[in-house]
Amino acid sequence: MAKAEFEIPELKEYPEIPPIQPGSMAHSKPFVAKNPDFMEPLGYPAELVDNWQEKAIEHMGDLLGKYRSLQVFLDACVKCGACTDKCHYYLGTQDPKNMPVARQDLLRKVYRRYFTFAGKYFPKLVGATDLTQEVLEDWYSYFHQCSQCRRCSVFCPYGIDTAEISMAAREIMDRIGLGQKYCNEIIGKVFKVGNNLGLPEPALADTLEGLEEDVLDDTGVEVKYPLDQKGAEILLVTPSADFFAEPHVDGLIGYGKVFHEAGVSWTLSSKASEAANFGMFIGSYENMRRISLRIREAALELGVKRIIFGECGHAWRVAYSFLNTLAGPFDFLDPNYPVPQHILEFTWGEIQKGTLKLDKSANDHMVVTFHDSCNVARATRMGDEPGGQFTIPRNVIKAVCNNFVDMDPDTIHEKTFCCGGGGGLLTDDLMELRVKGAKPRMEALKNVIEEHGVTNMAAICAICKSQFTKVLPYYGMGMDMIVSVHQLVSEAIVLTGQDTGDDDEQEDSTEDAA
Amino acid sequence: MSFLTVAFAALFYAATLLLVVGLARRIRLYWKTPAPLKIPTTPAPTTTGGVVLRMFREVVFFESLFKGAKWTWLFGWIFHMALFAVLFRHLRYFQEPVWGIVAWTSPLIKYLAFAMIIGLLGLLGRRIFVDRVRYISAPSDYLMLFLLLGIGVSGALTTFVAHTDVVAVKSFFRHLMTFNFATMPNLPSDPLMIVHLGLVALLMIVFPISKLLHVPGVFFSPTRNQVDNPREQRHIVEWARKLEQ
Ligand code: HEM
Ligand code: HEM
Ligand code: SF4
Ligand code: SF4
Repeated sequence: MAKAEFEIPELKEYPEIPPIQPGSMAHSKPFVAKNPDFMEPLGYPAELVDNWQEKAIEHMGDLLGKYRSLQVFLDACVKCGACTDKCHYYLGTQDPKNMPVARQDLLRKVYRRYFTFAGKYFPKLVGATDLTQEVLEDWYSYFHQCSQCRRCSVFCPYGIDTAEISMAAREIMDRIGLGQKYCNEIIGKVFKVGNNLGLPEPALADTLEGLEEDVLDDTGVEVKYPLDQKGAEILLVTPSADFFAEPHVDGLIGYGKVFHEAGVSWTLSSKASEAANFGMFIGSYENMRRISLRIREAALELGVKRIIFGECGHAWRVAYSFLNTLAGPFDFLDPNYPVPQHILEFTWGEIQKGTLKLDKSANDHMVVTFHDSCNVARATRMGDEPGGQFTIPRNVIKAVCNNFVDMDPDTIHEKTFCCGGGGGLLTDDLMELRVKGAKPRMEALKNVIEEHGVTNMAAICAICKSQFTKVLPYYGMGMDMIVSVHQLVSEAIVLTGQDTGDDDEQEDSTEDAA
Repeated sequence: MSFLTVAFAALFYAATLLLVVGLARRIRLYWKTPAPLKIPTTPAPTTTGGVVLRMFREVVFFESLFKGAKWTWLFGWIFHMALFAVLFRHLRYFQEPVWGIVAWTSPLIKYLAFAMIIGLLGLLGRRIFVDRVRYISAPSDYLMLFLLLGIGVSGALTTFVAHTDVVAVKSFFRHLMTFNFATMPNLPSDPLMIVHLGLVALLMIVFPISKLLHVPGVFFSPTRNQVDNPREQRHIVEWARKLEQ
């Protein structure tokens, strides 16, 4: 078990709703973006401006006029409490300010004070307060304890989505010069280098070459991982973690094999070498748009006909739900395909067409469960039918894997629990929050391990994969339990001309699974 | 005309004006405020018809709440449905002639006053006894429940215990509605009815400046009223389009 300076929540057989413990996470705050280089390129002041109160209210007014969600959500909540036990951060930390409605109230009480009749004249009655230093600190702390996973919005009778409130709050804080280091630094890298990790073009080319060699060694087949190839049919945009992190990279290997077998030409782009779009996490339409436009430019420059996204949760949200708005229209692409597509839509299509030769037994050493990523589950779709985002990944897993079990129905599909590291919180300075926030997912996972002998959990999100790799050990589970869905595909695919026979290079799965 | 009658006439005109103007302005604000991004909570309907159906299920069955909190759903749904039934029954105090269906259902619906009160008491209990809900409650959240309880209990007492001169009350409101002050009768100075009507006026006044804005709000919620078709149809609003120039 990994060491920690905080208490690791105990996993229970039956989930329970813990009592409130006010202030238990008030100390949790991510590093502030102190370096002007993390603020100015994004269009924000380098440090907290002098008249920040006045400015914050002004910006709140601006956002209220631009976002119907914000305006309606701040008005409509009846404090029914249905959302109070739905947030993994509340369940894991017991801090009542991590209850979605209480999180919203941090902003709502200021909204009421400055923008509503009742709050202006009867502040005590409706719980309205001035925007004080204390309130601002609460904002910084608790709006960075929301992974914008939207689980609360599923159960709210008005669909109030705390993610929208957190995004607005972060945008207001950025605009007054109080930014979060992790997100803003990453966005800066995307603008400067092209991806979150700051991998320059030569490094990328190197990595991809290495992958080609690995696959050749493994299979005897020359599978290409092309970069910046003009005239390719498909542009693949994938999170940069796929280029080197484990188990992400095994997923990337899988995409390449699928494309290879499908016989389509494809390419990655060094300009759009990143699917992630942290502009969403900080609630900035402008930054989100700027990041998205790189993809449009890359598609135009490379002359591709289709755009496909790799495994990443929030990136798929920005791609599926927002890309057409932010960087469209995509009338220069092949109208026979949706823009953009998810790699799983592509792979599932090929499986249905029968172009892939699959040997399911290659994954027989695993019993797999699937973690629905929050953004994919509650903010996007795959395929033509509502709910395709749940069935398509499972269909693909079942097509390449004999042993599949789902977790507790209250923790999958639209009710899925966040991994605990989404929404721009995947940073070491929030480790306590990440570990505690993972509790509900860990609980459900542990139960299927004990009941069904599950050995691995598959995921389709770069953040989920990194987060689980890091937090699983805190709960006494192996970090290599987590696999990419396309890693499973990759294992099962039998490439045309592949020398079969020696299967023993397969990695062992975790031992501590019962 | 008695002072009471004049005061209540003025009160109800003022309350009606505030309610109508307040609500209209709020609805206009929601209408005018753009929703720049597609944010339906998925799985979401892919057609407008589907969205209408989703909204119907939300408004009539409180579908999401049902998924989220069974007890709150039970008490809340009982309260709301009883409330709507009671309001429907109230048409008979304003209509001339009264619709057949109103007259015909009226003897049954009057018992729903108890359902309404029970629902409200359940919601109040949850607010007081569940630590999480107590934590998020402001004084106004309790007062709103007391206000509705006050209306319900005073109404029920009038119906079942101490009857009032319903004909006179109705006549008063008919005159108000037709702006006919010459023959306006006096409002019965019956304490229960005065309380009932006073609280109703208060409810009307606070409606557009309180959480009762959930009534228009539910229809404008982008996570519930948007069609899931961002790939098929480009969604862009005015202020966002300006960034493209
Ligand atoms: C379209 C019509 C309406 C819909 C869909 C609706 C829906 C809801 C829902 C889902 C809740 C949350 C659950 C609950 O606490 O009951 C709620 C709460 C509430 N509603 Fe409504 N409502 C409507 C109309 C009204 C009206 C006309 C009133 C009052 C005159 C009202 C008063 C309340 C109050 C006071 C609460 C809060 C209850 C509490 O404190 O727990 N609603 N409404
Ligand atoms: C101007 C508006 C209103 C008027 C003139 C009015 C009048 C009355 C009268 C005359 C009664 C007694 C009926 C009888 O003795 O048979 C009554 C009962 C009642 N009222 Fe109201 N009322 C009004 C608004 C409301 C509202 C907004 C509510 C709910 C929030 C409400 C809830 C009740 C209830 C629960 C009863 C008892 C059950 C029943 O008789 O239906 N009233 N009201
Ligand atoms: S969006 Fe997710 S993390 Fe944020 S308050 Fe809602 S449930 Fe919690
Ligand atoms: S479920 Fe919705 S209306 Fe109820 S308290 Fe939470 S945010 Fe408010």
